Amino acid sequence: MLSRRIIPCLDVRDGKVVKGVRFRDHVVMGEIVELALRYRDEGADELVFYDITASPEGRSVDRAWVERVARVIDIPFCVAGGIRSVDDARAVLHAGADKISVNSPALERPGLIDELAAAFGVQCVVVGIDSLRDADGEWRVRQYTGDPTKTQALSRQTLRWMVEAQQRGAGEIVLNCMGSDGVRHGYDLEQLSAARAVCHVPLIASGGAGAAEHFRDAFAQADVDGALAASVFHSGLIAIPELKHYLHGQDVAVRL
Amino acid sequence: MSVVLVDAGGTNIGSVRYALQRLGVDAALTSDAASIRAADKVILPGVGAASPGMARLRELGLVDLLRSLTQPVLGVCLGMQLLCKHSEEGDTECLGLIPASVRRFAEAPGLRIPHMGWNRLVAQQSHPLLAGLSADDQAYFVHSYAVPVGDYSLATTDYGGEFSAVIARDNFHGMQFHPERSAAVGAKLLKNFLEL
Repeated sequence: MLSRRIIPCLDVRDGKVVKGVRFRDHVVMGEIVELALRYRDEGADELVFYDITASPEGRSVDRAWVERVARVIDIPFCVAGGIRSVDDARAVLHAGADKISVNSPALERPGLIDELAAAFGVQCVVVGIDSLRDADGEWRVRQYTGDPTKTQALSRQTLRWMVEAQQRGAGEIVLNCMGSDGVRHGYDLEQLSAARAVCHVPLIASGGAGAAEHFRDAFAQADVDGALAASVFHSGLIAIPELKHYLHGQDVAVRL
Repeated sequence: MSVVLVDAGGTNIGSVRYALQRLGVDAALTSDAASIRAADKVILPGVGAASPGMARLRELGLVDLLRSLTQPVLGVCLGMQLLCKHSEEGDTECLGLIPASVRRFAEAPGLRIPHMGWNRLVAQQSHPLLAGLSADDQAYFVHSYAVPVGDYSLATTDYGGEFSAVIARDNFHGMQFHPERSAAVGAKLLKNFLEL
């Protein structure tokens, strides 16, 4: 049986891992390679690196650290941030990343997803979606969330965009529920369940993990394939080995 | 020992190379026929689709060479699928070294495609490639097409049914998962291949 994945997310800014609350006020958490190795040793199933300032600044990912990570890490990792073209993606994949994730550039030019899938296969192509519920009750997509001064609300509905992204060749979707991000009250199970119903590729939950039960709920109730978290792992609030043993005891399939 | 990685344009070549370096082996990346023929071990990595993968091998003039190799050869992921007879992906004729046809995972409720993540390896035969493999060992998979189970299957994995995770026939071997990204389990299996 396929194991559910536990995925620490490392937001990278100026070559360091940082973390903000509700996408703002970033503080430095540590060195990239050091944290990557720590999570690998603790049993993380995969790592995601977001170069959170690349897209708002209109530049692509700095490949030097991607290669440094690829040399030492023997679990899969995905790189996101400012990948705007097949050439950008190729450079990151050739530097050793297993997958690339696109978010803002795919919203600007959805055809990018088709191009990436055609060039590298859908298994390399992750589409990240930052989503927030509006006053009218509808979930809509946000763009350029790495920089609060540049974040934009779009008219695009989250679930519609998720369907389109899959049609275009997304091999995995990371749904970041911004309303719950960084506040540790649990994943947005309502939104994730709605997403699961329209998502036929692997779906990764992001935003809101604060306790082991939150992971169980995301797997058991929203049937997500993986759960991503950052601050609870960086701060040591949740240790991955204990989390996985807890999940195993709760009948969630994990890799121990 | 000389190990070569066949440069057929796959994007995971760097990762496989780094994994070998962690095992103390510096593998050369090459598409040169003479270097491939002279190597002690040959690894055919590959991420992408079957049809462009085979097209690239034909362009490089490596199809007959690969078929004629007698040293241990390991195909990884797409590289393993290219060792087979045929792939449904793009209706592609492959190298024909393993008598199998690669098929897309059948659609089934709740079965997400691609099969992406960690899944259990179940040994079906005793083989030096699987030395030290434990019942709980998992490996990292990312694929939408798979090799059915046959007498060439050394290990299988269950995803909406059994498929081949590790295959072998004579000197040709294949791993559907990514040993370079399968932590200690992957390192163990790669080391086993280097010691064949």
